Amino acid sequence: MTTELLTPSPSPPPLAAPARLHYLNVSRGLASWLLTKDHKRIAILYLLPITAMFFIGAYFMAVVRLHLMTPEGALLSADTYNRSFTAHGIIMVFFFLVPVVPAVLGNFFLPMMIGAKDLAFPRLNLLSWYLYMIGAAWTLFAILAGGVDTGWTFYTPYSSRSSSYNVVPVMLGVVISGFSSMLTGINFIATVHRLRAPGMTWFRLPMFVWTLYATSFIFLLGVPVLAMAILLVVIERVLGVGIYDPRLGGDPLLFQHLFWFYSHPAVYVMILPGMGIVSEVIPCFARKALFGYAFVAFASFGIAGLGFLVWAHHMFVAGISIYAALVFSLLSFLVAVPSAIKVFNWTATLYKASITFEAPMLFCLGFVVLFTFGGLTGLFLASLAIDVHVHDTYFVIAHFHFIMVGGMVTAYMGGLHYWWPKMTGRMYSEWWSRLSALIICVGFFLTFLPQFVLGYNGMPRRYHTYAPEFQAWNVLSTAGSSILGVGYILPLFYLPYSLVYGKRAPANPWQATGLEWQTASPPLRDNFEHTPIVVWPPYQYHLGKAQNEP
Amino acid sequence: MSLDLRLTEQERKLLEHTVVVRHRLEEQYSNLEQQNETAGLGMWLFLATEIMFFGTLFTALFVYRLLYAEAFERASAHLNWQIGATNTVVLLLSSLFMALAVYRVRTSPTPHVVPFLLVTAALGALFLALKGYEYYDDIRQGLVIGPRFNEETWLAAGLGAGELPHVQLFLLLYWIMTAAHAIHMVIGIGVVLVIAALASKGRFDAQYYGPVEVTGLYWHFVDVVWIFLFPMLYLLGIHGG
Repeated sequence: MTTELLTPSPSPPPLAAPARLHYLNVSRGLASWLLTKDHKRIAILYLLPITAMFFIGAYFMAVVRLHLMTPEGALLSADTYNRSFTAHGIIMVFFFLVPVVPAVLGNFFLPMMIGAKDLAFPRLNLLSWYLYMIGAAWTLFAILAGGVDTGWTFYTPYSSRSSSYNVVPVMLGVVISGFSSMLTGINFIATVHRLRAPGMTWFRLPMFVWTLYATSFIFLLGVPVLAMAILLVVIERVLGVGIYDPRLGGDPLLFQHLFWFYSHPAVYVMILPGMGIVSEVIPCFARKALFGYAFVAFASFGIAGLGFLVWAHHMFVAGISIYAALVFSLLSFLVAVPSAIKVFNWTATLYKASITFEAPMLFCLGFVVLFTFGGLTGLFLASLAIDVHVHDTYFVIAHFHFIMVGGMVTAYMGGLHYWWPKMTGRMYSEWWSRLSALIICVGFFLTFLPQFVLGYNGMPRRYHTYAPEFQAWNVLSTAGSSILGVGYILPLFYLPYSLVYGKRAPANPWQATGLEWQTASPPLRDNFEHTPIVVWPPYQYHLGKAQNEP
Repeated sequence: MSLDLRLTEQERKLLEHTVVVRHRLEEQYSNLEQQNETAGLGMWLFLATEIMFFGTLFTALFVYRLLYAEAFERASAHLNWQIGATNTVVLLLSSLFMALAVYRVRTSPTPHVVPFLLVTAALGALFLALKGYEYYDDIRQGLVIGPRFNEETWLAAGLGAGELPHVQLFLLLYWIMTAAHAIHMVIGIGVVLVIAALASKGRFDAQYYGPVEVTGLYWHFVDVVWIFLFPMLYLLGIHGG
């Protein structure tokens, strides 16, 4: 009876009947998908190509890691090596990490969590998907047609003068998919402002909605700057004029400033929605309200806001003034404050809670540990002296992989497992999913802890050979990455398997309190039978427990 | 199959109106007011992205103006400020008519809004015509980058050979920024004409006016961009000095 007492919806969720109409079977045929305005279908449309991009990006890194088994390089020519790590970076950052949670889970659940029928601008949402597809296809084609060797950061003047001519199409693909994220951001902000169900006040919003809202502002203010910075590179290349080229009076540092003005906040795009997922999952499997709700909400904005003021910490050794570097160093330290607030609040939520270890919870606990590692090593990099020492070494690689892969990808896996029963109406194998979570966490540590050591001892990033004394750590890292790979491939089997053979999911398999669980699995075309009326703050798990115990 | 409801004329009109308005309500909204407000918010958010887009160009202009102050002032003095100033007036007038159109659609029956929209679009077209003539004049004078850039004039005017790339940098930014603005103008004129066509069919009224208002926001924004472009490109140096 727990859910019914907690349900803000006036009607109890209908039981799953075989002939029930839901968003997946309400209409059929390819056109009903490609022209859909349903946010849930668009989320599924995103899920497939984004998953494909993840494995393509991972393939390029598998090749690189294998190459680094021996000091002279085991597999690739220097040129192919450069193109492989560049392809890995571009695909993973711009076509997987940035869009994945907002476009897939955000698209599906943001309207449901605030009790809306759809996003504010459904047609714009579909346009976002088409832009993503065009950008992704265009970039993939350019990578297959020869690729680029600039690194994912496209630094000028190398990218505008010396590198291969594929730079222009790849960069344009990045811009096009960036516009897709930007339009999604506009859609989310307008939806959160105007389409909340009656009673869904700002401080009753689930944390996932708060983080998507903060993320949307980063898209909104960052993407246009990246787009213009990149368009200027394209103009410089095509017309042979000097905007960034120092020989023609340009300033190459201007590109770095503009690039990081987007791409540093984009790092927070790649972590904030993950934090939102964790803030949903941990209270649910700890059966306890999120500790310090308002602090976690405002910390999201602290991170998004400060995130715009720290971009030049990527440029400490690029020749910016020492005073500017001091200020950026201080601001970079400040980002640690809201991040730490979140970690402490999650930990406090777990304190004296009734914790169970289902797969989503395992992923999210993994997130908290891995993210803390990534965050703490970020403090090393924010301090000027240490940054000069470890700049452009494997220390930096390890640091941001802890945040982006250990943090974001793990949180995404947690979110996917948490909401999979709602999205598909099927339960996946509990045993296999827990195994996958464990393998991913172990493989991750094995892959990236050695890279901290390598970087601190001076192994630079992006080189296709290295000094022989680094070999043992490199072999360890490659071995770890193969374990990590197994962990990521497992869901590729047991999740699709559950679609056919999994048992039918009830409306609320986790006894969670969010509005998205108060409707059928999978949801109806209009999400709810009646617009829900919200009378509770989120995460009222303690009430459920009290009433559940006889 | 007819249904005799025995409605008065007034009731029949009200019913018709309700049916029509229902049809224009998108399914995710509960009423037209919410829909109008959301459209307005969406446009404001879009304009925020546009500010960042143009802001990037303005940043580049600021940076290089600080680095190469003299070359930028000299180059700026060659721009045709007379046309630029005229165009400023033209755009401000067009914004006035746009504002009147939005006011009209909320206060009086629909077709009356059409002339205001048409004048807005015509003034926008006048702006583009003047800008086009100015571009033609710029090209004739060699105020371009690339092979048609006339080095001798600038050297004769006392600039060092090392400063020529800086002059070209200014000209490049001038062309990129005004062209980006002109593209926004072309889009704006197209949208205003579409809205005028819809308005002539009686599509908008005091309840359903979101598209007109949102178009107005966009038009004013493009106008404001020019208000910044004009002094920062044309008025850097002393003209005729």
